Amino acid sequence: MNEPVLRAHNVRKSFGHLEILKGITLEVQAGQVACLLGPSGSGKSTFLRCINHLEKISDGEMWVHGDRIGYRRAGNKLHELKENETAKQRASVGMVFQQFNLFPHRTALENVIEGPTIVQRKSRAKAMAEGMELLDRVGLADKYQHYPSQLSGGQQQRVAIARALALKPKLMLFDEPTSALDPELVGEVLEVMTSLAASGMTMIVVTHEMGFAKEVGDVVHFMADGQLVESGSPRQVLEDPREPRTQAFLSKVLA
Amino acid sequence: MTTRTPEPQENGLVIVPARYLGRWIAAVAVVGILLMLIYSMFANERFHWDVVGEYLFAAPVMAGLGRTLMLTAISMLIGIVLGIVVAVCRLSANPILSTAAWAYSWFFRGTPLMVQLLFWFFLAALIPNIGLGIPFGPQLLSIDTNSVISPFTAALLGLSLNEGAYMGEIVRSGIRSIAAGQTEAAKAIGMSRLQTMRRVILPQAMRVIIPPTGNETIGMLKYTSLVIVIGYSELLTSVSIIYSRNFQTIPLLIVAAIWYLAVTAVLSVGQYFVERHFERGFTPIKGKKPAAPAASATGPVTGPTPAPSIEPELEPSK
Ligand SMILES: Nc1ncnc2c1ncn2[C@@H]1O[C@H](COP(=O)(O)OP(=O)(O)OP(=O)(O)O)[C@@H](O)[C@H]1O
Ligand SMILES: [Mg+2]
Repeated sequence: MNEPVLRAHNVRKSFGHLEILKGITLEVQAGQVACLLGPSGSGKSTFLRCINHLEKISDGEMWVHGDRIGYRRAGNKLHELKENETAKQRASVGMVFQQFNLFPHRTALENVIEGPTIVQRKSRAKAMAEGMELLDRVGLADKYQHYPSQLSGGQQQRVAIARALALKPKLMLFDEPTSALDPELVGEVLEVMTSLAASGMTMIVVTHEMGFAKEVGDVVHFMADGQLVESGSPRQVLEDPREPRTQAFLSKVLA
Repeated sequence: MTTRTPEPQENGLVIVPARYLGRWIAAVAVVGILLMLIYSMFANERFHWDVVGEYLFAAPVMAGLGRTLMLTAISMLIGIVLGIVVAVCRLSANPILSTAAWAYSWFFRGTPLMVQLLFWFFLAALIPNIGLGIPFGPQLLSIDTNSVISPFTAALLGLSLNEGAYMGEIVRSGIRSIAAGQTEAAKAIGMSRLQTMRRVILPQAMRVIIPPTGNETIGMLKYTSLVIVIGYSELLTSVSIIYSRNFQTIPLLIVAAIWYLAVTAVLSVGQYFVERHFERGFTPIKGKKPAAPAASATGPVTGPTPAPSIEPELEPSK
């Protein structure tokens, strides 16, 4: 039962002739919080998007909880899954975007119950009860009737986290969840993520928040130029990096 | 427009609202010209307002109005559905679908509507039998074209196929106005393409789609009068039949104009409400601080009652 939640093996991704991911091999164990660091353009977002098949990988293999992402294997052939089959796979992976991407025409609660009612076909009453619980968990139960335009950035991002959690995912992906926020709003979102980590959720977090990586992260992966340069405990990678590229990046970020 | 006397502020200073003399002059001039126009129209005997009154609710006029409304409604309905299909095909990754959709728009926007109407009407002459079968193979079903193409069906085909081409462009621009992040978010919660389109993209695109669709509907109301060329009679045809007999051309055209204006007014009111419906969630401009709407005024729907105020203080619930 030691199947990792995410297993990526030699994952490559090209856009046209440009190879963005140059063979990423990485495992994330159940309950782990993996932080992904790296300079802009190093392919962090692309890697996250490959995990829930928003982007199709060009080569390599990827499994979430033992399920091969995007393909079904039969004999020595890999059959590409149809759009609606990958849609089902995606529901087991929650994703939180830098720009929140809440549905502006739906209230906070409606955003949260959209997945459970439309994708998982739960009853509306049950989804609403669970949705209210989730909004309570991110501290926004009293804002359930507000539209995204009536919420601050930090509140919107917390609703977005609740929306992703509503599908009861096995893995949560965060792509720079606090980068679009005013500095005074960053804390409230990190708090939610910290408590989520404490509850045992497996998380992959792309972030520039070194404090979060150090305190909440179990492992830190440093990416540059589409390659995984260095992995290790937060203390080791952030305070005593071995690779020159990691050192160069950290000295710039921490300066 | 506040006309109350300025009250002193706390600091004892009085705020005097800006006065715009030009606006007042313009307003007076416009109202004056309008009154003169209305007076001259009603005082002019040659407008024959008595004839207008006589025919305003006459049975043939009413029947024509009914057919105009029916033709407008059905053509717009089919046109909108076609438009959505065309737009989705245009944006599809399948090159055959997108090219076919493009060709459809090109053809039906590029030929005069009157030609299209005549074409459908004379379809029977071109293709005497409409058959269903395998190309170069056996015929499975065959019907006499004349029996299906009545002036009404020809009018409906012509108007709605033409409308579909225009609506396709309108819907496409609406869909394209929605940020890619919305599609990604919908995909990320496992929605299929159809669900994404129906639940996320189209409801938001409606804000962009409705105003030009209102234009199209009002345009359609008047384009229906083109069906006169294939002998279908609607509002304008009905009044033209009457004035060709009694030579009261102007009063009867006024009758038609009054009805067109009345229907346009009703449509505009309808558009207002439809627009307001799809404005849901968009009305307050994206601001930094929430405007704290009257959300807590009504109790929660179901489920656990939230504590009166839980501020960003976090307690993991498990
Ligand atoms: N759809 C695409 N088509 C072509 N190139 C793309 C596409 N998406 C990403 N790229 C390129 O891939 C590279 C990596 O992008 P990615 O967004 O993964 O970087 P990142 O590490 O997340 O950077 P950032 O910190 O700025 O978010 C960039 O050079 C980008 O231009
Ligand atoms: Mg990125």
